[in-house]
Amino acid sequence: MPPLAAVAALSAAALAYEVLLLRLFAIIQWHHFAYLAISVALLGFGAAGTFVTLARRRLLALYPASFGLAAAAFAVAAVACFAAAGRVPFNALEIAWNPGEFLGLAAIYLLLFLPFFCAATALCIAYAGFGAHVAQLYGADILGAGLGSLGLLAALHVLHPADALRAILGLGLAAAALAAWPAAKRAAALLAAAALAAPWLLPAAALDLVASDYKDLRQALRAPGAQVVAQRSSPLGVVTAVDSPRAPPRHAPGLSLNAAAGPPEQIALFVDGQAAGAVTRFDGDLAPLAYLADTPSALPYRLLAHPRVLVLGAGAGGDVLQALALGARSVDAVEPDAQLVAVVQEDLAAFSGRPYDLPGVRLHPAEARGFAAAGGERYDLIQVALLDAFGSGAAGLGSLAESHLYTVEALETYLARLAPGGLLAITRWVTLPPSDSLRLFATAVTALERRGLDPSASLVMIRGWSTATLLVRNGAFAPAELAAVRDFCRQRAFDTAYFPGIVAPDANRFNVLARDDFFEATQALLGPDRAGFLERYKFDLAPTSDDRPYFFHFFKWRSLPEWLELRRRGALPPLDWGYPVLVVALAQAVVASLLLILLPLALAGTRRDFAAAPPRLRRRAAAYFLVLGLGFMAIEIPFLQRFTFFLSHPATAAAVVLAAFLAFAGLGARFSARLAPGARWPFAAVAAIALLYAAALPPLTAALMGLAQGWKILLTVLLVAPLAFCLGLPFPLGLAALAARAEALVPWAWGINGFASVTATLLATLLAMHWGQTVVVLIAAALYGIAAWQFPRDDAPGEADSA
Amino acid sequence: MAARLFALLACLATGLAPAADDMARERQAMVEEVAAMARAVGSGALDPRVLAALGRVPRHEFVPPALRFAAYANRPLPIGHGQTISQPYIVAAMSDLLKVSPGDTVLEIGTGSGYQAAVLAELGAAVSTIEIVEPLAREAAGRLQRLGYAGIATRAGDGYDGWPERGPFDAIVVTAAASHVPPPLVRQLKPGGRMVIPVGALFQTQQLMLVEKRADGTLSTRQMMPVRFVPLTGGH
Repeated sequence: MPPLAAVAALSAAALAYEVLLLRLFAIIQWHHFAYLAISVALLGFGAAGTFVTLARRRLLALYPASFGLAAAAFAVAAVACFAAAGRVPFNALEIAWNPGEFLGLAAIYLLLFLPFFCAATALCIAYAGFGAHVAQLYGADILGAGLGSLGLLAALHVLHPADALRAILGLGLAAAALAAWPAAKRAAALLAAAALAAPWLLPAAALDLVASDYKDLRQALRAPGAQVVAQRSSPLGVVTAVDSPRAPPRHAPGLSLNAAAGPPEQIALFVDGQAAGAVTRFDGDLAPLAYLADTPSALPYRLLAHPRVLVLGAGAGGDVLQALALGARSVDAVEPDAQLVAVVQEDLAAFSGRPYDLPGVRLHPAEARGFAAAGGERYDLIQVALLDAFGSGAAGLGSLAESHLYTVEALETYLARLAPGGLLAITRWVTLPPSDSLRLFATAVTALERRGLDPSASLVMIRGWSTATLLVRNGAFAPAELAAVRDFCRQRAFDTAYFPGIVAPDANRFNVLARDDFFEATQALLGPDRAGFLERYKFDLAPTSDDRPYFFHFFKWRSLPEWLELRRRGALPPLDWGYPVLVVALAQAVVASLLLILLPLALAGTRRDFAAAPPRLRRRAAAYFLVLGLGFMAIEIPFLQRFTFFLSHPATAAAVVLAAFLAFAGLGARFSARLAPGARWPFAAVAAIALLYAAALPPLTAALMGLAQGWKILLTVLLVAPLAFCLGLPFPLGLAALAARAEALVPWAWGINGFASVTATLLATLLAMHWGQTVVVLIAAALYGIAAWQFPRDDAPGEADSA
Repeated sequence: MAARLFALLACLATGLAPAADDMARERQAMVEEVAAMARAVGSGALDPRVLAALGRVPRHEFVPPALRFAAYANRPLPIGHGQTISQPYIVAAMSDLLKVSPGDTVLEIGTGSGYQAAVLAELGAAVSTIEIVEPLAREAAGRLQRLGYAGIATRAGDGYDGWPERGPFDAIVVTAAASHVPPPLVRQLKPGGRMVIPVGALFQTQQLMLVEKRADGTLSTRQMMPVRFVPLTGGH
């Protein structure tokens, strides 16, 4: 009898651990390093395949002790290795200056590798020992994985991420107990007791999260008298509020140098230890908020009298206060993070004056795109706030900073919600040389063109020394408005980068740049040689789309030699390191994978069963499980992102979509036992559904974005079902076919599939950054074609299949 | 023999730090590297007085003992408490931008280890410096005293409100991160005075913002990259 319950429990624990590590690393480090460390940790799955291939007989002879021991080792290592990894001296920021930091990184890799290796060894033993029951095993495995990720996201609503580690310890030990039960009742009882007791007995000190010295929260707490006054945790991140009476935050991004006063008393907010704005003291008196008229984001209020305002990403409430202070008639505030709102509204109620309860203000706990698409009231002003701190929350869901907030489709959606003459205002940080504000400008140009408006008449961009604000008007700007823009900028010493009719002397007057790339770039983006300019500029400024939503990805390979040259000469100019880190992670995964795949072949002579398998079968097995691992992830990742975006609310969306994918794939796996061994239709079905969705989903989801959430969830589950069901078929079909011919190859094939999945996770992101998610799906469909062709059978090529 | 043994013991006692003349040689090499970097990727030659000041300040005294071996490398170094000592090139570029003359009053927000303050003092300025992290402020005050920079006034506290009792200032340097330029600091800048603020992430080559107060009290700002990186080539 295969250990189905134990496999499901262990698989749940391992997947929950993987997702949790992303959260934990976002808290103690920065998300790209989490990405890198976890990609390597997942190689534990591949290495376990090789290990079980080489030690198969001995491990199977010791079953179920071997399974139980490996599962228990996972449980202990999951906690111990994370605790140790957090104490390795490593400064991610210094890595470009100090090669010694790579040693720290390597130590973290090795530590995180261990728990995954243990869990994977146990799972692989089950596959190796119960080859005839592959369909049930895989079903239990994948269902457990679904429940694990879902359970973790649910747990993070009530538990601090560090405490979620306790649950994983218990679950891992429970898996060991379940495996031991049929053969060794007493050992099983002991393990079960440990599973119940250990999570409670684990000392809090072992779970202490030691954040990097350089994270904003650690920095803020160094000021004398600074203390945490509120903290809340959710899957979106840990929100921390810090009161620092002797060194208050004074958060006023972009404040003019001519401002007479700074902000009043504030309490700083952090999400996952990164600065996320501040809560401003408010007691109903608007006078102390006068400073809010002196930032670039105040410009639209100069042009609109008593506007109806929509604030997207309201966060700590700064933009809501600005709207009220500058005469808004009503404010609709959209904020997806309920914990953040609770900190502002409840924990700090006496200080904040509950800004979301003020007259005229309505709070909408929703994600920006979903809310904007839902239709309804039109606004005179839509403000998109600076939301960057929330990128770390998104990283926990496995993306390299996608942003659906700033795509062409997003801007079109916002424009559709504007009243005639209404304004869309988006504020970004100024970076030099300029990158994101220019990409935003390029994106707005495309969005306006698509709506049939004249971009050169409908855009205004101004910049201070730290922030830039882009205005997009629903219609052309009037001359009086342009005079007001110039007046506003002159009084506050802000520069106009673009307005209709701007000439060079209008730009670069107050905050002088040696070369005003803002002016030149906006001219070029509206001129006849836009494509040539985008080609020549050393950052990637091409407008982002929902198919390629990587707004923060500016890296161009062409610029790399110049960067390296500057580095050689002693400089370290700012560069978005996420992309190069992803490439390094991929290279590492490929090299390690190849070594681990080839190792059993090199040692095959010493393993009789492995060597006895026909070479053609070995080749086919390797090819089949490689392309299957690549193909599965290359389909799953883009559709996960697409559906998650459709469901808008990031936390529930990820949980629903992931759970639906894994549950239906699990059902497919169970069903595969009923298929004829040579069935090929599942491959065609996967490719056909994937291609159909690639073509039909973007317009369909765009059209239905405004549906009620319940209907959207139902529709998502119905759409995921057939795709996931078919995706669940090929792996157990192939593994069963292989088990019937050469059982010794099973763990090897399982390992190859593991490496391929890791590689594909990184590769799919990389390809999507360059060519968009649609292209990734096209490649995946082709991979399923190759899989059908390389199905593990031992007949000569071209012979008829037995089906 | 005894002398040699004594030298060895002395060496051990100072954490195996190279002898003083080795340090002087390394310091000279660092100054040359900084000058070369300014010519190659910066905005041109640096003020020779700034380079001379850099050549006089014993940087190895301003870094943690374990990192002394790297004290004269042209790179930022961690100094504990989540703070860094800036890359020598950036210290030079900022000092150059401030155009300090002997006798000028200078305010620094963010003392750190005290290195920038020492360089400014070497340029003849009367330096006042404020640090929010108390242990850092204490250590820096002791260090500056010990190294003979007794003229530098140090204080632990928040720098937002400046140090009006010692102002107004000819130059202000704000090395602590700020979301905006504190209005009190603008007020404490003399007409004709200059303020420099590095903007960007730690351990990266930050952009520098220069605020100048004209004689009539109006302000102008300039932003520059301390390394030349032109984002657009060809077609222009």
